[in-house]
This record gives sequence, structure tokens and C-alpha cells, in this order.
Amino acid sequence: MRLEPKPAPSLAMSILYPVAAIVVTFIIAGVLVMLAGANPLSVFRLVLKGAAGSQFAILETLTRATPLIFTGLAVAVAFRAKLWNIGAEAQLYMGAIITVVLGTGALPLPAIILVPLVMLAALIGGALLLAGPAWLKLRFGVDEVVTTLLINFIVLLFVSMLLEGVLKDPMALGWPQSPKIIAEAQLPRVITGKRLHYGFVIAVALAIGLWFVMKKTVLGYEMRAVGHNAEAARFLGMPVNGVLMKTALLSGGIAALGGFSEVAGLKGSLTLDLSPGFGYTGIVVAMLAMLNPIGVVFSAIFVAGIFVGAAAMSRSAGVPSYIADVMVATSLLTMVTAIMLSRYRVKWK
Amino acid sequence: MMDAVEILFTASFWVAAIRIASPLIFATMGELICERAGVLNLGIEGIMTAGAFAGWFTVYMGGDLWTGVLVAALVGMAFGLLHSLLTVPFGLSQHVVGIGVTLLATSLTYYVYRLALPEVTSPPKIEPFQPWPVPGLSKLPVVGEALFTQTPLIYLAFILVIVVAWGLYRTPLGLAVRAVGENPGAVEAQGISVTAVRMGAVMAGSALMAIGGAFLTMSAFNSFFFNMINGRGWVCIALVVFGSWRPGKALLGAILFAAFDAYQIRLQQLSGGVVPYQVFLMLPYALSILALIVVARRATYPKALMVPYQKGER
Repeated sequence: MRLEPKPAPSLAMSILYPVAAIVVTFIIAGVLVMLAGANPLSVFRLVLKGAAGSQFAILETLTRATPLIFTGLAVAVAFRAKLWNIGAEAQLYMGAIITVVLGTGALPLPAIILVPLVMLAALIGGALLLAGPAWLKLRFGVDEVVTTLLINFIVLLFVSMLLEGVLKDPMALGWPQSPKIIAEAQLPRVITGKRLHYGFVIAVALAIGLWFVMKKTVLGYEMRAVGHNAEAARFLGMPVNGVLMKTALLSGGIAALGGFSEVAGLKGSLTLDLSPGFGYTGIVVAMLAMLNPIGVVFSAIFVAGIFVGAAAMSRSAGVPSYIADVMVATSLLTMVTAIMLSRYRVKWK
Repeated sequence: MMDAVEILFTASFWVAAIRIASPLIFATMGELICERAGVLNLGIEGIMTAGAFAGWFTVYMGGDLWTGVLVAALVGMAFGLLHSLLTVPFGLSQHVVGIGVTLLATSLTYYVYRLALPEVTSPPKIEPFQPWPVPGLSKLPVVGEALFTQTPLIYLAFILVIVVAWGLYRTPLGLAVRAVGENPGAVEAQGISVTAVRMGAVMAGSALMAIGGAFLTMSAFNSFFFNMINGRGWVCIALVVFGSWRPGKALLGAILFAAFDAYQIRLQQLSGGVVPYQVFLMLPYALSILALIVVARRATYPKALMVPYQKGER
């Protein structure tokens, strides 16, 4: 068997292949739903209803999509330069830690100053957290996949340590939770009384900004060139190491904003279950979007819809909500396969 | 109170170290075989999770322990087939596919677990492998207990290292595996299929990873719980680099790592809560990173690691 490059796919084909990937994902999930003794069609209808069937459902999906847009963008930016940041989970928590440290009353400032300040601090914290593995990669040739993965575990233990130590809320009755941030550090809600907050607006604005950076600026061009062929980029005189370091700072910072947004917009405090794997799911979100920042917004909403819808479905249909995780993982594998098949012809011989 | 140095001379410390090392040895050998053939397998964390569940569940459903090991290996092999199909003939990014396989194997495991045991809050227990003292040798001081009064899977882990080392360096198949990881073009010229060798290596390696996972539920502990692999797979990837892709050195790395892990648990008790326990739990991960930095400069990667091979392409 061998692969031969195809001519550039037509617009119809470049839509058809990803759609086929999603269809295959639903077929696989359908088989698993049948194993649970349920009817796939009615289960999928319940998922759709839970994700988009009411104003509440839609707002809930957008709320859940918000951290995924941040981690998805972080991964998309890094992977574009072939910097394998698998540590968005840790960077997100770093952003959350900084938000709680600065936002619980340490800085008595008005909201108009405090919110941007905390946001900037979170950004810097996350950027520095990824700068470490990036530096190790550039200086010593240490693979960043393993270091960023291991740092996820270290940071989660660090959070646990803080929550049982200096950041423990004395009012939380032994539950490992930080104190709530003050009102001046909170992001406002988009609609009063609903959970959707301005983190979502920031995420979408960031996606548009990054799209511009990737498409229209020298840095974006350099990142793509380094990702496409680092040796060639070096030969052309590009500062490859500098580009990778800038990419790392950008990626780590964006992921940390996800942590800031979750604490300042939604939760108000830091807990050990702040992120149910947003960092890892961000990889799927970025790949489904083919690393396009605008696409990340849509794929994050799609993935969030599956999670929110499956949670609602699980309560009524008795199918374990882990079906959502299976679907998200499957969609990653079917999507990368579909993209490959749209670009290459498989010759069996 | 026992002194921090004295711990190192107790038999129970070394018994624990060898027990902690064993699942890492299985999975590290599995990853080593994959990488020697040129394929980075980041599915390891998920494949270990699936293996841990499959072995335990087989026994829970009434199978015997060795059947459980076999089922775990087959499940691992199935995920290996998926991984290698996408990365070898299809040539997809090994990073992305590996993470995808980990996410898929983990979520499928949790889904099946919840389907099979919907109501339980504490997972049911099985009767795990029992120690199997080697006649005569188990009476030796210190080493007798650590090396010769262990469960059969632990002996198997050590035998496996010898088999992998012998297989890689002394058999034609091992030569083919190493060659497809170094210079696949030359292998193809010999009339051997690079695709077949790589896929076979990934499937065999994934089976070993799954057995490493099964060790946890069937020998170290006696039930399955969520997040039980807890980064062990990623540690194994670091161990392969640390062992410069050689089975003997990787074994040494696994034992050193496990000894350190067993030591930090005991130090934790010794410190009497002055230092937060999380600091001790961080140490093994930090140590893995440190080990990578130390060896990185002189690491000699298999030359074709992460390079997809296309027939007739030079």
C-alpha cells in the first residue's frame, strides 16, 4: 500500500471528508450506545436537545466551550510551529492559581484596572510555564512532549498542596477549595443571571486576533515556516529558536487565560476539579479545526455540545456520559484520517 | 523512628521497589520495541489503562489470572493495531495519533466500566497473584525477599528484559526491527516489508504496555479504579530515553526510579507532615524530567524515529 499526493481538493471535497469523519464517529458511538441497550437515534436526539434544545442548553454549551477555545487556541498555535505542547492543562491551572492569588483581595483596585492586571499576570505565568520545556528543548534537545506531560502532574499536585495549605478557604469546611475572588476581579456575565460570561467574548476576540497574527504578520509566517520545515527555515536565515520560544510564550499564555476565565468568569474559586481535562481536549479541538484559530471556536462549541448534551442525555437515558469522551477521542482519529485521505490517494498493491 | 538511610537496608523497601518497578518494566519494554522500530507510541498511558481494566475484569467475570493477562495483552494489541495502522501505512502524526489513542483507550475503558458496573461506588476486588517463593533462593538475606519471594508476573518482567535484549540483538527479527528504526530504505531493499515490521513491533509493544497496566490491578493491587495509571505511561517514555533505547539500561532506569518512588513514600512517613506530602509525590515526575535533561545531550535516537516511511520514496 502506498500514498500518492492528490491535486488540491475542491471545496466540496474539503467539506465532504470532515463531514464523513463526523458521520463515522457517530456510527461508532451508535454501536457503543446499542451495547448499553439504548436506541442510538433517540440517544443522539437527547444529546442534541441537551446541547442546543433550549436557551439554557445553548448558553451552557457556550459556557463549556469557553475554556476549550482557550486551550484549543493554545494547542493550535503551538502545533502550527510543530511545538508539541501537551501541557495546556498545567498552564490553565497556572492561570487559575495566579487569578486566585491576586484576585482574593491582595490588590485593592477597581475592576477596570484589576481585571486586566490579573489577566496579564495569568498570561505571563502560563507563558513562563511553557518557556521552561521550550528552553529545555532548544538548549538540551529534551523532548517537550514528555516534559509538558509530566509537568501536568506536578502542577496538579502543586494545586492540591496550595488548596490544603496557603490557599485553603477556612470557611470551606475541609473541602479543598480556595477562597472566592472579590467582586472587582470577576468577569461580568453576558446576560445577567445566566452562567455565560465575558470569558467567552474574550476567547472569540482572541481567536480572531490570532487568525490575523497567523495569516497577516511576519511572526505568523515564521511560525508556519518553522512548522513546515525547520531546517529549510533555518537555511533561509529565520531565527528558528526565537520563533519557537515566541510560540511557546504565546501558547502557554493563551492556555493560562483559560484558567483565568474559568475562575474570574464562572467558578470564582480554585478547586482540584476546575478542569476535567480541558488541556487534553484542547488538542482534539485544535485538530478538528485543522489548527485554524477561527475554526477552533466552532470545534470547541461542537465538542462542548457533545459533553453538555451527553451529560443531560445520561441522566435520562442511562447511557454512561463517558460516551462523550469516546466520541471526542474518536472524532480526533477519524478527522486526521479524513484530512489525510483528502490529500492523498491510497494505492493498494 | 527509623533513620532515612536505614530504610535503604530494609528488605521491605527493596520488595516495594521491585514491585513498583515491574509494571514500568513491562510498559517500558513495550515502548522501547515501538521506538526501536521508529514509532513513538504515546498511546501508552491509555493502553495501560485499558490493560489494567481488561485483565481485572476478566478475572472478575470468573476467568483465571493468566487468562486475564492474555486478554489484557490482546486488548493492548488491538489498540496497537489501530495506532500502527494510522501511523505506519497512513503516515499520520505520531504525536496526534498517540494522544488520540490514549484518549480513546481511556474513555472506552471508563465507558465499559460504567456499563458493566453502573451502581458500585467502591470497585469490587479480585483475588490477585500471590507470591511464589523460589525454593532455596528465597531464603537469601535481603535479596531473597526482594527478588525471589515475588509474584509470577514480577519474575516474568525480569525474564522479559532478557528476552527483549536477546531478541533485539541476536535474532533476525530483532535486526529487522532495529533496522526499520534506523534505515528503513535498506530494509525494503532486502525484500522485507517495513510496514509489516513496524506494525508488528507496535502491536507487540502495545501488548506489553497492557500487561504492565494489568500488573497493577492483578498483582500490585486487587481492583480497578479511575486514574490508576496516573502518568506511569509518560514516565515509561522518559525511561526509554533515559535507557538510550537499550533494554538493560532501561531496566536499570526503571529500578532506580522505583527505588526512588518507594523511598519517597517512606520519607513522607518519616517527615511527620512537616513537608506537604504533595512535594514527595511530585519528586518522581521531577526526577523523570531531570533524568531526561541529563541524558539528552548524548541521547542517540533511532534515526528514523517519527519519520513515516513511504515505499519507493528516497
